[in-house]
Parts: sequence; C-alpha cells; structure tokens
Amino acid sequence: MNFMTQRLSVFTERSFWSHLAETLRYSLYVITHPIDGFWDLTHERRGSIGAANIIVIATLLTRVWKLRFTSFQFNDINWQEVNIFMEFASVLLPLAIFCICNWGVTTLFNGKGTMKNIYMGTAYAITPYALIQIPLIILSRLITFEEGTFYQVFSTISLAWSAGLIVAAMMMIHAYSLKKTLLFMVITIFAMMIFIFIFMLFFSMISDGFAYFISLAREIIFRLN
Amino acid sequence: MILLSIGCSLLVGGAFLHAEDSYSYDYWGNLQHGPDPYRVKTVLEYKQFSPDLPLRDPRGLFIRGDIAWVCDTGNKRILEIVIAGKETGTTRRVIDSFINKNGIEEPFESPTDLYVDDKGVMYICDTDAGRVLKLDRDRRFMLEFTKPTDPTFDQNLSFMPMRVVADRLGRAFVLSKNINRGLIKYENDASFIGFFGASEVTFNWSDYVWKLLSTRAQREQMASFVPTEYENIAVDSDGFIYATTMTFETWKLLGDQAKPIRRLNALGNDILIKNGEFPPIGDLSWGVAAGADGPSKLNDITVFDSDRYVALDQTRARLFAYDSQGNLLFAFGGRGNSNGRFRKPVALDHRGRDLYVMDAAEGSITVLTPTEYGNIVYDALDEYNRGDYDASAKRWQDVLRLNGNYDLAYIGMGKAYFREENYKKAMEYFELKRSEEYYAKAFALYRKDWVEDNIVILFIFAVLLLAAPPLVGHIRRVIREVEHS
Repeated sequence: MNFMTQRLSVFTERSFWSHLAETLRYSLYVITHPIDGFWDLTHERRGSIGAANIIVIATLLTRVWKLRFTSFQFNDINWQEVNIFMEFASVLLPLAIFCICNWGVTTLFNGKGTMKNIYMGTAYAITPYALIQIPLIILSRLITFEEGTFYQVFSTISLAWSAGLIVAAMMMIHAYSLKKTLLFMVITIFAMMIFIFIFMLFFSMISDGFAYFISLAREIIFRLN
Repeated sequence: MILLSIGCSLLVGGAFLHAEDSYSYDYWGNLQHGPDPYRVKTVLEYKQFSPDLPLRDPRGLFIRGDIAWVCDTGNKRILEIVIAGKETGTTRRVIDSFINKNGIEEPFESPTDLYVDDKGVMYICDTDAGRVLKLDRDRRFMLEFTKPTDPTFDQNLSFMPMRVVADRLGRAFVLSKNINRGLIKYENDASFIGFFGASEVTFNWSDYVWKLLSTRAQREQMASFVPTEYENIAVDSDGFIYATTMTFETWKLLGDQAKPIRRLNALGNDILIKNGEFPPIGDLSWGVAAGADGPSKLNDITVFDSDRYVALDQTRARLFAYDSQGNLLFAFGGRGNSNGRFRKPVALDHRGRDLYVMDAAEGSITVLTPTEYGNIVYDALDEYNRGDYDASAKRWQDVLRLNGNYDLAYIGMGKAYFREENYKKAMEYFELKRSEEYYAKAFALYRKDWVEDNIVILFIFAVLLLAAPPLVGHIRRVIREVEHS
C-alpha cells in the first residue's frame, strides 16, 4: 500500500504537472522544427512519456470524434456498424507493431534509439493529425459538399505531415542519414507484415489446436456415455 | 387481436401479394421490407381467352389501348385479347396467317414478338422465316424487313429477329439472335440503315496477358471480346429505346459498368439517368436460395409515360420498378404457383399503372394493379414533377405513415421543404437519408440566410478578432511600463 501511495503522490506534486505541460507544449515546437526538435526530444530530455501518452489518447479521441461529429457529407460511415474498440485498435495496433518492429530492426543495425525513445518520437510525430483533424470536424459543419476540396487538402496534409515527421523522428533518434532512415522505414514495413503474418499463423494454429482437443474430448465423452 | 389480424389476412390475403415479398434498398444497400405496392387484380388464364388450344411457348406480349397481343409462338399464331371493358379476357381475333404480296393467305413460321403502332399497323418478328413483317390492321402485307445485304452485315450469320419496335416514322429497330453489334435499324422503306446502340468493345488487361501466355489452340477456344447482346427492347413515349441485357460479368454490376438497363438516344448512346445511390441493376445482393443463384437477369422492360420503368427479373421472377431518376421504387413478385407469383415470366407490359406479366409455364397473364401505397408513391412523384410541391409533401407524408423505411419518402419530404424555402427542415430530412447533393444545396442557402441575418454579430466578432492582439499587446506594454517606473 505504501508503494502505491508513493507512486500516486507524484500526481500531487506541482513539478510533475508543470513538466508534463512543458513537454506537451514542446510537441508544438517539434512539429515545426522537426530536425532540432526530435534531437532535443530524446537527447536533451525535452519530451516525456506522459506527454506522448496524451498525444496518443488525443489521436484516438480525434479518430472517434471524426467519425461521430464530421458532417455526413464527408463521412460516409454507418455509425451503427462502428465498433469503437476496432477504431482504437486501428490506431494502437499499427503504432505498437511499428515501434516493436522498428526497434527490432534498428537495434541490429546500429540504431541509437531505445524502445522508449521510438515510442516517444512516433507519438510526438503524429501530433499534426489531432491538431488538424479537430478543426476540420468543425469546418466540415460549415462547408458544403461542393466546397469539400479544402477539407480533402487539409486532411491529406495532416497525414503527410505526420508521415514526414515520423521519418524525421527516426532519423534523429537513431542518428541515421536520410538514405539509411528511408531504407529502414521500408524494412520496418516489411517486418511489420511478417509480424502480422506470424501472429495470424500463431493464432490460427492455436485455435486449431484447441479445436482438436475439444473435439477429442467431445468424442471421448460421447463414447463414455 | 390475433384473431382479428388472422381474420383480416384471410379476407385480404388472397388478393395481395405475399408478405415480405416487397422491398426496396436503403442508402447502405440493406434490404428494407415495405408494404405491397401492387396487388393481383386478376389472372387471365389461357382457358379464358383460348379455350380450345393451350398456349405453347408464348414469348411476346404487347399492349396498346384496350388490346393485348400475345405471340403464341409454339402454336404459330397471335392472339388479340380484350383487356378492358365488359369483354375483358375474351379473344377478339386470332391471327395465324397474313395476306401476302400476291393476295394469298400465308401462315407464320414462328411469331416471337410484335409491335403495334397507334394506327394499328403490326410489326411481327417471324423468327424462323428470318423476316419482320409489317402488316396493316387487316393483316395485309405492307413491308418486309429481311436480312441486310449490306457488306457491314456478316452474311454467314443467320438472321433471326427476336424483338422489334418502331418509331412514329415507321423506322424499325430489330433485335436479332447472334448479332452482337446492337440493334438493326431499318428505314421506313425497309432498307438497312446500320447497327444501333452496340456497346463499345472493352479492353481487358488480364485477358490480354492470358492470351499472351496461352497456346494458339487455347486462344481459339477462348471467347473473343464481344460486346453486349441485348435481351429485350421497349420504346417510351418520347421515342427512346430502352434495352435490357443479360450478358455481363457479375462483378461489373455494382460499379455500373455492366449497365443491364439502357436508354438509347438517336445516336445509340446510353442516356439512362442514374441519380440513385445504386445503379438500376435489380437486386443488389444475390444469395443462393430456392434454386436461384446469381444477379438479376432482366428479360423484359416496360416504360411508363412519366419515364418510370419496370423490369422483369428472370432469376427470381421479380419485378423492379424504378423512377425516372433511377431510384428503385419497389421490388415485388417472386417465384411460385400462387397468384402474384410466377413460374416462368417471359414478358411484361403496362396499361396505365397496371402491369401485365405473361407466364409461359402457366400460359397466363397476371394483371397487377397498384395498391393504395403504390398509388400514393406514384402520385407523389407525379405531383413533384408537375411542380405541385405542397401536394407532393403531403403524399410523401402518407407514404411515411405506411412505410417508415422508405428513403425516397424522406428525400421527397426534404425536397418539398426545400421548395418552400424551409431549408433547416429540408436539411434534417436530407441528412436523415444521406442525400449529400440536396443537403449541400439546402445547406448553402441556409448558410447564406444565416449570414445575412447575423451580419452585425459577425462583423463585431471579426473586428474584435482583428483588434484584440494589438490591444492586448498595448495593455501589456502599459502595465510593464507602469511596473518598471
């Protein structure tokens, strides 16, 4: 119990919150000065995992808000068929798999980043998504279908900007050259595919294995009766 | 309550179609059941109009005025049946021969289809004889449309006319078996003009690669790139030809590349209006059930005066009614033995709002007439087209009372409100059924009105927004100066 209170007492300290606010505000500097920003993020300890978590949660919320509140003109989705956990998973799973695979690949090739750094860098890099998409939700309610070009352009910018920042983040975190970073991004994507493939194989094997024992048990019970 | 409802269903059950047989599709392509749009008025059995000889393989049905012409192909004759008035269901005349050029009676070989113009002149497809006959009201020979001798027509192909329509000037459009270059168009003196309405040959990369990889023998076995062969044709009141086709690849249907229903203009281009969420292709999802499999195969079509059309599906013996914009109004019918269902429906025509479906297996003609619901939907569309938006809105409200799952009714209400300049209400209805196009129109006008009404507030807001940063900076500077001094 003592351990718990000790851990929780951190939240009552003023310095914790000011540090969190400062590291979170730093994300705005990072997205406009990526090269500097990402170097200082990890090497000068200007970022924090707490802030990274907040950015990821903001991204998740943005994704759901986007589905829920965007004008139907730009949002061709049947709300009755949306599974909110699937929406969360569609962000969190790729993020987790990316971090794991990127770490796995880069550790073998002289990458300087730790798992923590990679996660922090990636989370800070997806800041523009939430930052642009939330105003876009409001914008979508003010414009018509015919004026949708603005919406599409900004929506694309939010993704392209995030993608660019991820590359910059990886470059700084691992202290790679641009060429090497791009190469390792491609390798990471391949690694992610292999990762997913192995997981699917694993789960299908496991479920087949269970099905075998279950049917065997059923058969035995049937015979015994 | 239960007894009462059973009683009701017993009372009306016989006359109506079957429960859960009538439906339409919503925005998401989900099937939404609705009330029956049509009920069976009467079934004209062959015993009634041809007591001595049952119909054998009847193929063609044509209706003009109070008369229905039935091509009793197997018996090589055409029946003229009265379908209105006291003598409904009696045969007025049996045409099994015509008076040829030399004034001698000549029998038909196999009459498969006919078209009758408003003067009573008959165009008859005599398939096995390889000719289309133009006969006057008293079945005297007028003209004969035969196999074109033009070099553009492949002389090795046999000429087997299956369907015919004609325009007001007496030009005939003939659909011949084996000809995949479209319809054959004749001048009113029976000379060949050319082919009409063939769809462009599409190039397919995957086929090309396969051909590169296969041997000559395999290549020869492969079907060559052939354009569509039409299945049936009908002509509307404006002289446009509606054609249906069954030769397409299933996966091309939903993307509107297959185009099973076409409306051909004078140049032979497809100008069918498709403003619905889905193209007019019959059923949108096609599960395997009751021996039926695959997409709808539309084997006949009939066009109402208001450009609404109804197509007959051979796969599941259903009827699909579309409005002039290509929205599915309702789908109904089905395969079966009872009234209102069909075993082998082969031909479809209309008289007013009534539909006539010929069943080749039963040798009967089923007469379907709109129910209250069907009539209200038609009225609502008509009144909107006429410009009577108030009346249209009232009708759509009635439709909603009978069928709350009907997307078109909501959009129709929205349109009526839009015309009344009640944009907010219109937006509500359009958003409910996701009509982006109309919503955008209503919203643009609503926004304009809103900005005009609130221009003062907006102006003040804008001024504040522009003035605030310098003002704040100024105040800060003043405070700093005060503190420093």
